[in-house]
Amino acid sequence: MIAGLALALVALPYFVAPYFMHLLIQILLWGFVYTSWSIMGRFGFVSLGHGAFMGVGAYVPALLWNYAGLTPWIGIPIGIGFAVLLGLVVGYPCFRLKVVGHYFALVTLALSQVVMLSIVAARDVTGGSLGFTPKAVGHSWFALQFPEKIYFYGISLTLWFGGLAVWYWIDRGVGREALDAISEDEEAAASIGINVIREKLRVTLISAALTALGGAIYGQYMMYLNPETVSGIAVSLQIVFAAIVGGNYSAVGPTVGALLTISLNEGLRVAFGTNFIGAANTIYGILLVVFIIFMPRGIVGMVQDLLSGRHRGKIAFYSAIRRPSSADQ
Amino acid sequence: MDIYLLEAIINGVLLGGVLALLALGLNLIFGVIDVVWIAYADLVMCGMYLIYYLNAELGWPLLLACAVAIAWVVALGVLVHILIIAPILGSAPINQLLATGGLLFFLQSFATLLFGTDFRNIGVRLPILEVGGIYISSARLLAFGVAGAGAVALYFFLRRTFVGTAIRAIAQDRDIVGLMGVDQRHIYLVTSAIGGALAGLAACLLILQYDVHPFIGNTFGPLLFMICVLGGLGDMIGGFVAAFVMSQIIAIGGYYFSTELSYVFAFTFFIVLMFVRPRGVFSR
Repeated sequence: MIAGLALALVALPYFVAPYFMHLLIQILLWGFVYTSWSIMGRFGFVSLGHGAFMGVGAYVPALLWNYAGLTPWIGIPIGIGFAVLLGLVVGYPCFRLKVVGHYFALVTLALSQVVMLSIVAARDVTGGSLGFTPKAVGHSWFALQFPEKIYFYGISLTLWFGGLAVWYWIDRGVGREALDAISEDEEAAASIGINVIREKLRVTLISAALTALGGAIYGQYMMYLNPETVSGIAVSLQIVFAAIVGGNYSAVGPTVGALLTISLNEGLRVAFGTNFIGAANTIYGILLVVFIIFMPRGIVGMVQDLLSGRHRGKIAFYSAIRRPSSADQ
Repeated sequence: MDIYLLEAIINGVLLGGVLALLALGLNLIFGVIDVVWIAYADLVMCGMYLIYYLNAELGWPLLLACAVAIAWVVALGVLVHILIIAPILGSAPINQLLATGGLLFFLQSFATLLFGTDFRNIGVRLPILEVGGIYISSARLLAFGVAGAGAVALYFFLRRTFVGTAIRAIAQDRDIVGLMGVDQRHIYLVTSAIGGALAGLAACLLILQYDVHPFIGNTFGPLLFMICVLGGLGDMIGGFVAAFVMSQIIAIGGYYFSTELSYVFAFTFFIVLMFVRPRGVFSR
């Protein structure tokens, strides 16, 4: 079945219109970013700072390309390096000093604001709020620019599969039990000999690196960067919400979140047109609240519950709401 | 001392007043209900839009519009609690934070739908005062005075009334308070209403100084959370002091560099201090 699905995804571009190709690429790229977030988010380390990693990942290669003519093949790893460094500088003290829960969310929120405002403040170099356009050179492997959508479809499909592979690698890896233990009780985990700081830092840095890579490819594809759309509080919240709506505890959950939010947004945009700016997000906002209240395990989580027969009557359903999961803390 | 620097410092103190008022509301809600309302700054935005609509579009007197707006934000605060927080009081705290984050999306988009993204103001501009060569906006002076009065009123409410005492007790130990015959749900509603009232009051003060637009909450919302965390979530005096520290960093940073950079300094300062004092600067 998985092979069939993979074949369908590879064959898809030969049958659909360019507009849908654009949507598919967006879904795959954002799905990759959301999956990257959930690599740490599923263990209860709720970061609102992924806008920072994405912003760094997107802006560094674009700036290096425009000002130094450096190919993104080198620029993107440099951007990822910066994002990892940022994750280390903020993550290490956080984990060392046991900054968790609300505090961790708000510290990382500050981080994403720092990156966004720095980009705006450096407007002489980055173009500030007006955005930044990488120099276009047409079809080029050196510049990683492809006007034909099929190339970016291939790239984003590869990335997305790669993201899932990393997800499974961590899920099946030796650190998995340790991370589960940490998410339930850090003190207890430390007392049985788990190196809490190292385990948390490991998933955080992997997550930051992948998010930066996603930001870089997104920038290469869109050929336009704006501090508001690749960094800051709005992007951070967008990432967290889509991952949670889709289902934070399964591999495909974040992708389902991307599929749902992007198609919803496009559908509402087409339905309401531009006469009602904000209508789409108004409905999206209501859905988010409803989702978090009634389906904290997301769509995929609920489907799994239904399939596994864990929905024995209403009592079980409500207790699932009250006590979403032990990994939810 | 440079007179312009002095002016920046004074303006920073005056800005700190409104921030301190909002920090009090957010901290009260956190201390009592154990929830971070990410959309708190957007409730202020709702209040500002109502004042704009009543005053500029319908021609109501400003004071009446302000009074109605405060009542409106109080109602919003209570609704937020009943509709969003109460159903998920038992689930992970981070879910409650995210649920109010969904509210943030909703309020900003709904405001865009109703009013568009234009910047709007009520056309009332209070005079600028000159004291010894220093220019001070009287709107800011008024805001500072009213915010201070609001903080004092809240202090006496919490100290001298039964409900106030119950609120302080619940912040200390939420399980025992129930045994003492205090209805938690009632206290939660009162706290949300007070939080709303402070946000409404801030809306009245801010509409005199700033144009309102759907995303105005994003300009001072994140700063507000940093202030609350810096002072220690739930610690009202700490939050009050932190509001003035942060507003000074922004005022002085803005004087020497640019507004954005001053915010970068403020947030960086916050991150660094979190590593020095992870439970807030004034934690014991």
